[in-house]
Amino acid sequence: MSDITSLTLTDLVKNIKDKKISSEETTKAFIDRGEKSRDLNAYITEDFSSALEKAKNFDQKPNFELKLPGIPMAVKDLFCTNGVKTTAGSKILNNFIPPYESTVTQNIWNEGAILLGKLNCDEFAMGSSNETSFFGNVQSPIDKDLVPGGSSGGSASALAANLTPITIGTDTGGSIRQPASFTGTVGLKPTYGSCSRYGIVAFASSLDQAGPMSKNVKDCALLQEIISTYDEKDSTSIDFKRNEYSKELTNNIKGKKIGIPKEYRVDGMPKEIETLWTKGIEYAKDCGAEIVEISLPHTNYALPTYYIVAPAEASSNLARYDGVKYGFRSKGENLIDMYEKTRSEGFGEEVQRRIMIGTYVLSSGYYDAYYLKAQKVRKLIKNDFDEAYKKVDAILTPSTPSAAFKIGEKTNDPVSMYLNDIFTVPVNLAGLPAISIPAGVDANGYPLGLQIIGKAFDEQNILNIAYAMEEKIEFKNKITDWWIK
Amino acid sequence: MTINLKTIKHISKLSRISVNEEKAKKLVGDMNSIFDFIEKLNELDTNNIEPLTSVAETTLKLRVDEVKSGNIRGQILKNSPDENEDFFVVPRVVE
Repeated sequence: MSDITSLTLTDLVKNIKDKKISSEETTKAFIDRGEKSRDLNAYITEDFSSALEKAKNFDQKPNFELKLPGIPMAVKDLFCTNGVKTTAGSKILNNFIPPYESTVTQNIWNEGAILLGKLNCDEFAMGSSNETSFFGNVQSPIDKDLVPGGSSGGSASALAANLTPITIGTDTGGSIRQPASFTGTVGLKPTYGSCSRYGIVAFASSLDQAGPMSKNVKDCALLQEIISTYDEKDSTSIDFKRNEYSKELTNNIKGKKIGIPKEYRVDGMPKEIETLWTKGIEYAKDCGAEIVEISLPHTNYALPTYYIVAPAEASSNLARYDGVKYGFRSKGENLIDMYEKTRSEGFGEEVQRRIMIGTYVLSSGYYDAYYLKAQKVRKLIKNDFDEAYKKVDAILTPSTPSAAFKIGEKTNDPVSMYLNDIFTVPVNLAGLPAISIPAGVDANGYPLGLQIIGKAFDEQNILNIAYAMEEKIEFKNKITDWWIK
Repeated sequence: MTINLKTIKHISKLSRISVNEEKAKKLVGDMNSIFDFIEKLNELDTNNIEPLTSVAETTLKLRVDEVKSGNIRGQILKNSPDENEDFFVVPRVVE
């Protein structure tokens, strides 16, 4: 057996079902590697001893009918886990122990998986580099002092560094796809309403979606079929027929029409991204897809729209952190003073900035000019996609406008940080599914991703296209273990 | 449109986030650069466009109003920053 931790989820499941390895051996291997990899700062909370206990219990009474039999995995610390500290990367939730489980993680444990621990992320998922976490920035296994992307940065880093065979993140404006792209891994943002938001620390409720991050497309399809369920505990959960995505996965995409939106050729886009995209189009053609030029005319307005809608919803969602019922509290002279000090000391800089943007755009006299305006432009952005999907089955774009950048490079300029999400944000505004797959490297050897955007509820189609292209691309992530002494 | 120090202090009050002078000054710069970027939306005429409030085209389902996860008062109170057996405790509000 080659190193257990470098196996894909699919291979790991097969080996466990064939009784070639036990859950305990597997869990131990990931724990050992996790302990050697603390310099990455991927974990906020390790739950290793409890994981080992659960693995032993599984081995004593194994159930190989399950889809994730005794598979250990770590998850983003935005998912509430019953009895295990859940921080959302924030000081204000530093000591919060949920008395309930998120639906998405419950679905995963129901299939036999075992929690390894909670992974670092930007505070309340607000960030594109994992530098806003109260628990410190995360190192990318790709290179020293390189950001893993964000907000699911700990998830991406842990996955690429083989600390977990698969993981889940959340994506409000690109927080799964951008870190997947930066770390040479696969990340899927499902259709809005596909995965339950119950028990996920809320950021922007009309945009948030949980989704899988994996080493290949097949693993991604398997986890997606597990986490995507209708849930009455989430009022925006949608009751539609869900596929067994991994069983129905096919590389036959002959005749599929794939749109290339001209507006995604943005000014100042690095040559290597241009080249990657052109190569991607060739790969898609090699797979038998038909390429169609399309237009998404309001693309340029997506980011400004997002930076009104998301902070507005965040300012409302984060009003609950007042130091009364849970979380951090600061001493105040009176109730109001206690609120103001708690929130000033408990939230980090980026979160405070976004709460204030949101409060402003919702405040009396500005609501129509900003919030209502943004909701109208959001409609135009969605109309663009509706129009395009009359002609094509899916859309192919780069995942990000550049490869990963260095830690500290963009922290002083919020707008330049926001520009990172230029290709991912329109998808969230329109509620569509999109997958990022690794497709090449830049001059430094840093991974670059391609994004395939689908119609609503058409996860199967974009998984199939990604699966077919993955075979042609043959991407191999180069991880040198530089952080292990 | 420019956001000045006075506006920042007003927003900070509305947000229940205290800001000192230094932080407020930095926020003036940050917020202005963000709003310069947001102003781009004014290029678009949206007079006849319906606002999009949710992409989930679903009507809210009714359910019976019943307690499903009862008897976890102890666990809930345990997360309280200042617990007093049966209550959440806050600074005095009534003199």
